[in-house]
Amino acid sequence: MVQKREETVIRIVGHAQDGVQSLGSLLAKLAGRSGYQVMTYMTIPATIAGGSSVYQLRIGVNPILTSGDVSDLLIALHQDSLDAHKNALKKGGMLLTDSDQVKECEGVDFEKHFAIPMSIKMNELLEGRGARGKNMFLLGMLCNLLGIDEAKVEQLAVEKFGSKGEAVIGNVRKAIQAGFKYEWDNGYPEIALQAVENPPNQVTMDGNSAVAYGLIASGIRYGAAYPITPATSIMEMLREELPKYKGIFVQTEDEIAAVCAAIGMSYSGHLAVTSTSGPGMSLKMEALGWAVMAEMPLIVVNVQRGGPSTGIPTQVEQSDLMQTLYGSHGDAPKVVLAARNVEECFHICREAVKLAREFSTPVYILSDQGLSTRIEGFQMPDLDEVMIEPVLDLSDRPEDFLPYPPEGITQHAPPGTKILSGKYPTVTGLEHDEKGNPNPSPDNHMKMSAKRREKIKLIEKQSVEPEFYGDKEGDVLLVSWGSSFGSARETTMRLQEQGKKVSHMHVKMIFPLKKSIGSVFEKFKDVYTVELNDEGVYGVGQFGMLLRSTTCCSNIQSICKTDGLTFKVSEIMDRLS
Amino acid sequence: MNLQKDVKLTQKLSKKVLTAKQPTWCRGCGDHSILAAYFRLLEKLQLPHENIVTISGIGCSSRFPYFVNSHGIHSLHGRALPFASGVAIARPDLSTFVFSGDGDCFSIGGNHLDHTARKNPDMTYLVMDNTVYGMTKKQTSPTSPKGFVSKTDPFGAVDEPINPMKRLIACGATFVARTSASNISHVMEMLERAHAHPGFAVIECLSECTQFNLGSFEGLNPRKGGAFPVIEEKLNDGSPEDEKRHDPTDEVAAYKLAEADYPGWFGVFIEKKLPTKDDLEQSLIENVRSKNPEWGDREHLQASLNSFA
Repeated sequence: MVQKREETVIRIVGHAQDGVQSLGSLLAKLAGRSGYQVMTYMTIPATIAGGSSVYQLRIGVNPILTSGDVSDLLIALHQDSLDAHKNALKKGGMLLTDSDQVKECEGVDFEKHFAIPMSIKMNELLEGRGARGKNMFLLGMLCNLLGIDEAKVEQLAVEKFGSKGEAVIGNVRKAIQAGFKYEWDNGYPEIALQAVENPPNQVTMDGNSAVAYGLIASGIRYGAAYPITPATSIMEMLREELPKYKGIFVQTEDEIAAVCAAIGMSYSGHLAVTSTSGPGMSLKMEALGWAVMAEMPLIVVNVQRGGPSTGIPTQVEQSDLMQTLYGSHGDAPKVVLAARNVEECFHICREAVKLAREFSTPVYILSDQGLSTRIEGFQMPDLDEVMIEPVLDLSDRPEDFLPYPPEGITQHAPPGTKILSGKYPTVTGLEHDEKGNPNPSPDNHMKMSAKRREKIKLIEKQSVEPEFYGDKEGDVLLVSWGSSFGSARETTMRLQEQGKKVSHMHVKMIFPLKKSIGSVFEKFKDVYTVELNDEGVYGVGQFGMLLRSTTCCSNIQSICKTDGLTFKVSEIMDRLS
Repeated sequence: MNLQKDVKLTQKLSKKVLTAKQPTWCRGCGDHSILAAYFRLLEKLQLPHENIVTISGIGCSSRFPYFVNSHGIHSLHGRALPFASGVAIARPDLSTFVFSGDGDCFSIGGNHLDHTARKNPDMTYLVMDNTVYGMTKKQTSPTSPKGFVSKTDPFGAVDEPINPMKRLIACGATFVARTSASNISHVMEMLERAHAHPGFAVIECLSECTQFNLGSFEGLNPRKGGAFPVIEEKLNDGSPEDEKRHDPTDEVAAYKLAEADYPGWFGVFIEKKLPTKDDLEQSLIENVRSKNPEWGDREHLQASLNSFA
């Protein structure tokens, strides 16, 4: 009897038309439904058809922080796919190939090789449509090997393909069953997982879905955006979902109109969202400065991708940090949050909405391409706890209502609100006084700049210390933000296991940054930010620059890279050794 | 909601009540007349004061909201329309009025015209066209005539000017009219019809810049021997003279009217009925919600999340 595993990493490589994405996402969903922890990694080919398609899944019984450096099982559907990914297999791992397509396995460091004539087999089974059945055949086969219940697979197949007609669902069933019943004649890939005791009630989704539903749960009912990779699916989902909630999402003519329309919606009393990626952020910057000046609440989601310019639209990077903080002209302080994983993509929206409302400020949520497409299972959100009611406050405002009280926090009176003084304000991007009247005087600009600054400082004061893992002093402190969390944490755990004095800090609120973190840095010999951007002219990443300028700690360095891929644990370990 | 009665809230909307700051426009500027026409319109309509929203872009004309005591936005150069679209889409219960200049409308914000028109949100947009950049002290505008001497065209403008009416007709706005600040009652009449029109109604209003473009719109006063040719619209009375009148649903005929030399035609070029953005969105919402009419937000969200479980 083979020992069952705590976890396994499977990588599937093929061509775009092989349905690798569909196979991977269904398998991830089944893992989640079966109570396993799961994290995926995928690359979308830059072209619609053609190009190589990769899907990696790490599935296990314990919490999972990364999608895995290397795979235990590599499944190659084409010769060129295998050639391009032979290093993705663990030394002595298992290789499974479509032997009709893959003829040459030289240079692949495998212990066992299972060559299956999938193309011919599927062609016979599906009467000439075999190329389209291989993924479902593999789904059945992998579920059988992992120990996932066949009834669950059958049910998901019906959910996914049931509406496509009898012929399609019939073929899907045939292929899945053939996979389940495949007779191995000389051993089989040993990837069976231990059973999960008390499987949790999980949802399994990607980061963009989590953002979309997180926004809805937080009471966002209006928004505007323009399609841009890799943020588009957020607007697609909101367009489809919001009518259920009597909300409206509009696709605008460009990124500028999107942010301006969203500001108009917020001004009208419905806190609104605009979602985009780097190039869109560049275009929105003037209007975002207006929102800071007018103190208009707004949610801005930036799903970062490789830059600058058009850059690498389908690869991950964390290189918009400085743009987010300083991209608008003038002094324009705002709030910036970054999500660490898919679950946090959901929950961070609530924090963003609360801050935007309470402090009448734009709040930016940073996600990235890696998070946008990766699938994770997480605890079903308790709606009693997480839902925020949308409010349109049109209650009368008192005689002495001031849109910009010098000592207080701005709370706008949306149109439709009676103001008992009978005086109605114009909200403006010009420097203005407490009544909202344009006022460029030196004193007033100093006073109002301070007003906008002090409210952000108040948020800093109220904010909690960043999450800390490990001893409060030691040799190395890794500091992560956004999706670098998992790799940094797993590295820390492994190094601690080796007896190294390594700790990990993860920062969720990028701005305002908790000032007191400097005192933590001083207790470590070396502090490294872990971030997916260039080390820059001065040898530190963008977050490193921010930490240095905020804390003046000279021991801050950075582990940076810009290869368009998330950090492997081994890469961080190598940089520290 | 606070029901406290206040004399200031129940009084009739008069020019006095509607006046905020005194306009900072130059003496003789056409914009004064447009503001006067807007006040007259609001006096006539007697809308709930708090439901009036006055939105502008950037430029001399876009100072407009500061002179009006209503909720309002002084937005960004070229972006008055998307700001206003956000307001009109999220709050169709409001009366949304937009004022901006020829630079806003035909230059930096040009693309927004087409796409605002495509959405047809219920709002009234008046473009104050002085054919010059006045706030920045005389540069060529997209509507400056060829040969116009400005600081950016010291040898006279060489680029073709935009024909505003052709542009507005082509953008697909469901109401398009032309007027001139020299004729306040006509401005008022056009504003009133634009406001009554459900959907995106846009008016081009000639407004002379006395500082940098004096005499640009000479000869529009019939009493001083000028001409103010007004479009006669079809009455559909079956009379033979009705044949010659303009059919405001006929884009080709409107386009021909737009080709007339200065002073051109004034009045309504286009008036056609199309569903507004709100009509379309509300029917979409009804449709979607009819599948589970008894569900609230929580049930919808739980069902969606369950589909990921």
